[in-house]
Amino acid sequence: MRTLAGVEDEDKWLAEGIAGIQHNAFFMHRALDANNLREVLKYSALMLSELRTSKLSPQKYYDLYMRAFDQLRQLEIFFKDESRHGLPVVDLYELVQHAGNILPRMYLLCTVGSVYIKSKQAPSKDVLKDLVEMCRGVQHPIRGLFLRSYLAQVSRDKLPEIGSDYEGDANTVMDAVEFVLQNFTEMNKLWVRIQHQGPGTVREKQEKERNELRDLVGKNLHVLGQIEGVDLEMYKETVLPRVLEQVVNCKDKLAQYYLMECIIQVFPDEYHLQTLETLLAACTQLMPTVDTKIVLTQLMDRLSNYAASSPDVLHEFLQVEAFAKLSNAIGKVIDTQLEMPIVGAMTLFVSLLTFTLRVHPDRLDYVDQVLGACVVKLSSVPKLEDARAMKQVVALLSAPLEKYSDIVTALTLSNYPRVMDHLDDGTNKVMAMLIIQSIMKTDSCISTADKVEVLFELIKGLIKDLDETNAEELDEEDFQEEQNSVARLIHMLDNEEPEEMLKIICVVRRHLMTGGPRRLPFTVPPLVFSAVRLVRQLESQGGDIAGEDSATPRKIFQILNQTIEVLTSVPCPELALRLYLQCAEAASDCDLEPVAYEFFTQAFMLYEEEIADSKAQVTAIHLIVGTLQRINVFGVENRDTLTHKATGYSARLLKKPDQCRAVYACSHLFWVDDPDGIKDGERVLLCLRRALRIANAAQQMASATRGSSGPVTLFVEILNKYIYFFEKGNPHITPSDIQSLIELINNEMQSDNGNTTIHSDPFFTSTLRYIKFIKQKGGLMGEKYDPIKL
Amino acid sequence: MNYLLGAFKPACNISITFSDGKNRKQVPMKKENGQTALVPLFHSQDTISGKVCIEPYQGKKVEHNGVKVELLGQIEMYFDRGNFYDFTSLVRELDVPGEIYERKTYPFEFPTVEMPYETYNGVNVRLRYVLKVTVTRGYAGSILEYQELVVRNYAPLPDINNSIKMEVGIEDCLHIEFEYNKSKYHLKDVILGKIYFLLVRIKMKNMDLEIRRRESTGAGANTHVETETLAKFELMDGTPVRGESIPVRLFLAPYDLTPTHRNINNKFSVKYYLNLVLVDEEDRRYFKQQEITLYRLKEDASS
Repeated sequence: MRTLAGVEDEDKWLAEGIAGIQHNAFFMHRALDANNLREVLKYSALMLSELRTSKLSPQKYYDLYMRAFDQLRQLEIFFKDESRHGLPVVDLYELVQHAGNILPRMYLLCTVGSVYIKSKQAPSKDVLKDLVEMCRGVQHPIRGLFLRSYLAQVSRDKLPEIGSDYEGDANTVMDAVEFVLQNFTEMNKLWVRIQHQGPGTVREKQEKERNELRDLVGKNLHVLGQIEGVDLEMYKETVLPRVLEQVVNCKDKLAQYYLMECIIQVFPDEYHLQTLETLLAACTQLMPTVDTKIVLTQLMDRLSNYAASSPDVLHEFLQVEAFAKLSNAIGKVIDTQLEMPIVGAMTLFVSLLTFTLRVHPDRLDYVDQVLGACVVKLSSVPKLEDARAMKQVVALLSAPLEKYSDIVTALTLSNYPRVMDHLDDGTNKVMAMLIIQSIMKTDSCISTADKVEVLFELIKGLIKDLDETNAEELDEEDFQEEQNSVARLIHMLDNEEPEEMLKIICVVRRHLMTGGPRRLPFTVPPLVFSAVRLVRQLESQGGDIAGEDSATPRKIFQILNQTIEVLTSVPCPELALRLYLQCAEAASDCDLEPVAYEFFTQAFMLYEEEIADSKAQVTAIHLIVGTLQRINVFGVENRDTLTHKATGYSARLLKKPDQCRAVYACSHLFWVDDPDGIKDGERVLLCLRRALRIANAAQQMASATRGSSGPVTLFVEILNKYIYFFEKGNPHITPSDIQSLIELINNEMQSDNGNTTIHSDPFFTSTLRYIKFIKQKGGLMGEKYDPIKL
Repeated sequence: MNYLLGAFKPACNISITFSDGKNRKQVPMKKENGQTALVPLFHSQDTISGKVCIEPYQGKKVEHNGVKVELLGQIEMYFDRGNFYDFTSLVRELDVPGEIYERKTYPFEFPTVEMPYETYNGVNVRLRYVLKVTVTRGYAGSILEYQELVVRNYAPLPDINNSIKMEVGIEDCLHIEFEYNKSKYHLKDVILGKIYFLLVRIKMKNMDLEIRRRESTGAGANTHVETETLAKFELMDGTPVRGESIPVRLFLAPYDLTPTHRNINNKFSVKYYLNLVLVDEEDRRYFKQQEITLYRLKEDASS
């Protein structure tokens, strides 16, 4: 009876045991040298009696066993050589059975049995059968385990399997299998029984010790897996049912788990596939505490790998309806093992899904089915809170994304969004991000409105606030990243067919509009540009579709108008203004004057009503001017109105330099450098003069307030405008205008020099250098510059 | 062989030789002094023949009132040591009274002697066969010489040899069923069997199978019973679970067994028992004893 004695005691006992073995081994060797059979048997039995101890833990016992084992090898050599002991092996086989104690007797019997088989004086199967039967006498779990392990070891190379020296009659493989199975069964029983040894207080320690012994049992399965001639038929009819029977009946968590693992690892994939039903049925019969999910996961992983190994085997999977069976089994396991945490169920689903994706990549319905089952499971529990479970769900949802490079495939899975619904908001977003990233990575484009609808349903975590989460809690950076992703996603939605594209845009718009003020600034621009692109596409295809009601630029512009309008209320007027201008330009390209005018109107209204910041105003004015300059769709009247407005606003900017710059920029509105562009030289000159006036005023204001007139930059800039229009051939710009402006600047600079030291303006200098260069270059342009004197 | 007698310097040396002495099988027999000697082996209905040789020492003459040889079958009870009960006594007169001057040889023969009992050496009793040569002398006491012989009798294979099967148990504690393949075993036989555990609620240390010899001597109130354990053979180590069956295979050859003797001449009986002993972890013993009959099978007929 092993008690809770300390480790030191155990060490002492081990040392004593080892000493006992060595002592008797010494005499045994002496007898061996003298070929004295009687003495050999006596001392070997004494030596083996040391193994009768009950005081050692399995680990220490193993140590002792190994020492005896080494000695038994010597003994076997002696037994083998009949000339040394003079007894036929059959007599020897009887003789060793005279030993009074069972343990030494059985070790000796196994040793002689091994020699007996080798001598071929008796069929291997008979000897093995006898040995495995006689070993029953040792019922002490640890001693029995080691004894049977010894039997397994010495018999390993003597099984009557096909092709071995010991091959028997027709049923030879069966005999070999029968032997191993029996030894396995008995060993497992003993192993399971260890837990009923000592008191319950050391259960944990026992569990650990038992675990250390498991390979002794598992080795039998390895042997089974290696026996030549165990074909599928035999595996199906005998090996597996017998092993499983033992596994199920032993009703021990540790054993069941380990052995299932062994079975899955040891036997070929093909066999698993063909016996899937049996195997899975066993899984559902395991103890509730067994971690079935790992077992099943391993099985599915193996099968998945098998399927991946060669396309030739795939039809086998179909033949046996692997998916249906697995799916069924998993369902059962989840149903029966009520205590299994949700994460376990999720892990199972992930494995099943992985399996499905590998084996039946074409069967989307299977994938959907798995997801469906997952939904059912998730619905049965309250809110999913376990982080690990969440992770598994994410893995579950990611798997199809990874598998199908065409993301669209995943979108057709009806249960996909339903699974996503069970995620918490954070995870939902993560998942949505994953989806988007996957789309980006594969560069796949979503081409129908229906899919877009589904997709946006999936990523709705990003599109809108799902519930009353506090905006403050969100990390700003993350939020931007998310919204940027959404924005990028919008660009991935594309269809050559304008009709469909329009639908897509409408769908996207509908979703985006729910996003709220924080998201719109991110999401509207890509939508607008997407729509604008469609408009341009329609335009480039010519007007032949214009007759149709749906996808006309006009209609799109209507939508755009409404869309951008939303931004104004966000409020995000600058952005809206830019978008209006973009649209206006697009409308202009489509020859839709009223539309373009409308957009401009909107832009101006925004400018007037919403854009108060002077800096923003400057930017806006320049944008307006730039856009207006490029647009050539307007009739004279409209154009006048708009240019008038633009110049008017320019002159009313707050800062003089800004005014000046805006005004001279407006000069371009009257001179479009196109063959058929507007060329109103007079108004150009008016603008420039006005700009000069303002520059002058600015200069005076500067000297009045700061005592110095400041740089002459504005003048130089205006000079450059003069030169530009002069070169473009504006008749109202004369060389003398330029000449006088240069002089003006020089004067200004000189007067400025009174206060500050030499201050040459590099811009001015290079402008002058340009003029010189043109003059020197000569030609038509050079002649034009001739009158200018520097 | 007769050092001891020689030490007393008797007048002559008497030796007994068997006519088939060279071929006759000899078996070891434990003598009273503890030494083992080889003794010729006989069977019932054997003819015991040989020669008695009387050789006076260095020219001495031996006067005698006759020479005889007796074949005695004796039973000796140890509580009554020295007092032999002869159940067989055959006499051959070898010589008429006279004098022997020189070595003289007398052939003798007991044809087909009935020797119904086997030689037996027990705790309280022994049964022996002995050849006794007596040179009768009037004054100096007779000169005696003994030659032990061993008798073994073969039994035929029993006609009926049922297995022993029995279910025993302690209520709610232990319930077993055991089975031995026969009830009659020859001396070189092997006992095969199985122990089925139908119910096990105790923790067992081991299970042994013992062969016990029960020798009863005397009769009535004077009956002495002596029980010896001749074999202790461990069948099982540890505690089995319900439904386990443990094989029994016990070779009888290594043990010093005799056939079962039932009521030999109303003097004694020797019976054998198989005793199945279970020892629990508190060293309590649970056992069940079953008689078996042992018999001697003619060697070449046995395995």
